[in-house]
Amino acid sequence: MSTPLGQIFHIYSRLGFGISYAKAKLLSQKSLNEIINGLIVTSTTGTYLTEISKEDIMLKKDAMESGMSMKDYQKLLKDKLEQLNTSWIKKLLNTENVLLEKQTLFWHNHFACRVRHPYLMQELNNIHRKFAFSSFRDLLVEVSKSPAMLIYLNNQQNKKAHPNENFARELMELFTLGRGNYTEQDVQEVARAFTGWGFNKEDSTFEFKEKQHDDGEKTIFTRKGNFGGEDVINMIMSNKQTAYFITKKMYKFYVNENVNEERVKQLADFYYQNQYNTGALVKKIFTSPWFYDAENMGCNIKSPIDYLIGLSRQFSIKFANYDILFKLQRVLGQQLFYPPNVAGWPGGKTFIDSTTLVLRMKLPSQILNNGNVEIPDKIDDPDDQKKEDILLNKKFGTEVNWGIILEENKSLDLDKLMKVYLLKTPSPKVLEKIKSDPSLGIKEMILKIVSLPEYNLA
Amino acid sequence: MDRRGFLKTSSLASGYFLIPGFLKPLENLSPGGIQKNIVVIQFSGGNDWLNTIVPFKNDLYYKKRPKLGLKEDKLILLEKDLAFNNSLAVLKQFYDSGEMAIVNNVGYPNPDRSHFRSMDIWHTASGSSEFLHTGWLGRYLDNECKNAYEGIEVDNYLSLALKGKKLNGLAVKNISQLHQELKVPYFNDIAEAAKNDVLNEDNQGYLYKTLLETTSGVDYIYEKNKIVTNTFEYPNSELGKQLKDIANFIVSGISTKVYYVSLTGFDTHAAQLDKQNNLLEQYAKAVSAFIVNLKGLNKWDDTVVFTFSEFGRRVEENASGGTDHGTAGNVFLFGKNLKKKGIVNELPNLEDLDDGDLKYRVDFRSIYKNILQDWLQADANKIISAEVNPFKVL
Repeated sequence: MSTPLGQIFHIYSRLGFGISYAKAKLLSQKSLNEIINGLIVTSTTGTYLTEISKEDIMLKKDAMESGMSMKDYQKLLKDKLEQLNTSWIKKLLNTENVLLEKQTLFWHNHFACRVRHPYLMQELNNIHRKFAFSSFRDLLVEVSKSPAMLIYLNNQQNKKAHPNENFARELMELFTLGRGNYTEQDVQEVARAFTGWGFNKEDSTFEFKEKQHDDGEKTIFTRKGNFGGEDVINMIMSNKQTAYFITKKMYKFYVNENVNEERVKQLADFYYQNQYNTGALVKKIFTSPWFYDAENMGCNIKSPIDYLIGLSRQFSIKFANYDILFKLQRVLGQQLFYPPNVAGWPGGKTFIDSTTLVLRMKLPSQILNNGNVEIPDKIDDPDDQKKEDILLNKKFGTEVNWGIILEENKSLDLDKLMKVYLLKTPSPKVLEKIKSDPSLGIKEMILKIVSLPEYNLA
Repeated sequence: MDRRGFLKTSSLASGYFLIPGFLKPLENLSPGGIQKNIVVIQFSGGNDWLNTIVPFKNDLYYKKRPKLGLKEDKLILLEKDLAFNNSLAVLKQFYDSGEMAIVNNVGYPNPDRSHFRSMDIWHTASGSSEFLHTGWLGRYLDNECKNAYEGIEVDNYLSLALKGKKLNGLAVKNISQLHQELKVPYFNDIAEAAKNDVLNEDNQGYLYKTLLETTSGVDYIYEKNKIVTNTFEYPNSELGKQLKDIANFIVSGISTKVYYVSLTGFDTHAAQLDKQNNLLEQYAKAVSAFIVNLKGLNKWDDTVVFTFSEFGRRVEENASGGTDHGTAGNVFLFGKNLKKKGIVNELPNLEDLDDGDLKYRVDFRSIYKNILQDWLQADANKIISAEVNPFKVL
């Protein structure tokens, strides 16, 4: 049994962050099933983010009491959040459990959250990782109980006397059912059911505050009862629309932004029948023959994280300073732990405009040629009081071992190199142009290929 | 202005007579006649509007702001018991000549006090519990324009406001530099080659379309712009430079309808007075120079300047000599032929607050509709889905 290289590059672009020619060649001896199982097995276990310890960050009130100024406290939070970002980036660059991190990225975007407290953000991220492939219901319950989400969607303020509808609305609109599958009355009543869901500030753990809970009768999805939060989650799970909503989003993420409705419905049924077992759904997707259809290859746009991590892993780039990756995430439009809003990054074409495309086309040659990257800085943090108005050309050291890359690819011609680095072949006229210079060495050919617009397709 | 007067004023910048586009301006006109353009100036961070347009006759203002409240010696009185923070002094001339409109109490229902979210709401013209992925000006480009360069943001990166579904505006911080950066023969070669291929609607086609729009758009702006010499002196601030760039773009005859620029630093939680006054002064001086410059170039009739911020600030000052995130605020519009001038609506009500914040009276989307429909001659209802009527300042 063997697997065509094209399929391996496709799998690794979707389930991971790309793969080198040498590794792909080794894998091609195995059957497709073995490869997929290998990916799934290595991703059933993983390690958590542990960069931020609870002790690193005092509670605001303790910090103030200890004489720390508000400004210093906020700077501490900001610096630690940047550290947290970098710790995930390092994991993405080095992990063997690529599929687990990919699915964690999916949940990071699905349950988008943005609070200032780095420890709580880390905990939420670890929930996404811990429950990445288990039951979506369990994941949803844990996310709903996480202090980060309780703060972000104002459920700390959701009390019997003054219900706050923010969490109730997003729970249904963005996390489970989607717009149009609940009424405004449902929002109000679901909010009542979640009153009292809060957390203990001293030890940052979930706490059900009975006194603030409204235990009266509610009418939710036309049913009457003295429902609490978990009852609502169970009702939402028993609605097939939830399976459809999540499956469709996963299909867009892993298969194709253009949805095949028939397939998504079949997959949603499967997900529902398997009690929302996400691992089973993911395996079902990757073992379906249509996943390898030409129309599903190279059809999606790489997110900035896919792009940056993919480029770095593919060329084993060594970074002297991770600051460059933190900045690049921002200027390319996707900075981990800083989603634009609770709806997450809209993805696809929205990541591409004239500036980001040109940056993506220039970065490979900058990084791979001389290890220096020049990017204009972007100041969009409202906490920054002054606007830096000069163009900051930051130079950061990166290191690439061309010796290994050239050795690995030495037997390949331009056509084969394109198959290694691109998921989609350029159109005939562009191809003609690239081939018009026959004198190129392997290095020049690779640089030309990864500077093409097609390198941004996954 | 008659032709002689025009010749007199523009002789200050003799270079203009060399610009072919300027001599035959008709080729770039919209079907309706003269091409209109809008310049949006965004205050990022949430401007404290109550210390910008000050309700100085209201005792509550001073009561809630014992430290920050501006006394009469720091103000320039307007009508209706309102006054300019005197950092805006140079704008008084436009207020007096009826070329400035100040709208009070602008906001939206269920206001969000997060910078990011509220800015998204202003950029996309969404409701507060609705998430749109395109900006109001991006949708204007989608619906009414053909080229990316018809919307230019003078910055390194493009705001959501200018992102459409089919068309995105161009971010042009420095046109010569950008032109230089794009002079990679390889990029131009493949862009040229792609022109001769069929570009599909798929993502691959989209990437090449974006590349082509970028290279050809930047070329076009650069070529038109390089023969402009504008000797008018602007204040030496970032905003001054940016507005001068915009004046040059306008006079170069490019068919851009939307210009966008941001001024940052308005998040004044502590030690607000000096910070805000400096920013307002920077703003006022740059805008004033821009208007005077355009008047001299006979281009002011076709331009409107619009200023907003993602929210105003709390009525009550905080303990650090600053103010925290609030809700409704002002917007400014400058233009030659405003339908409404000066203070156009009722004063902010400091008694009837919503949890310490001002209640909005004018939905910002009704001002967007006015700009789109009555100034840019666009079908506003296709761009703004909110069911609000245009608030007719223009």
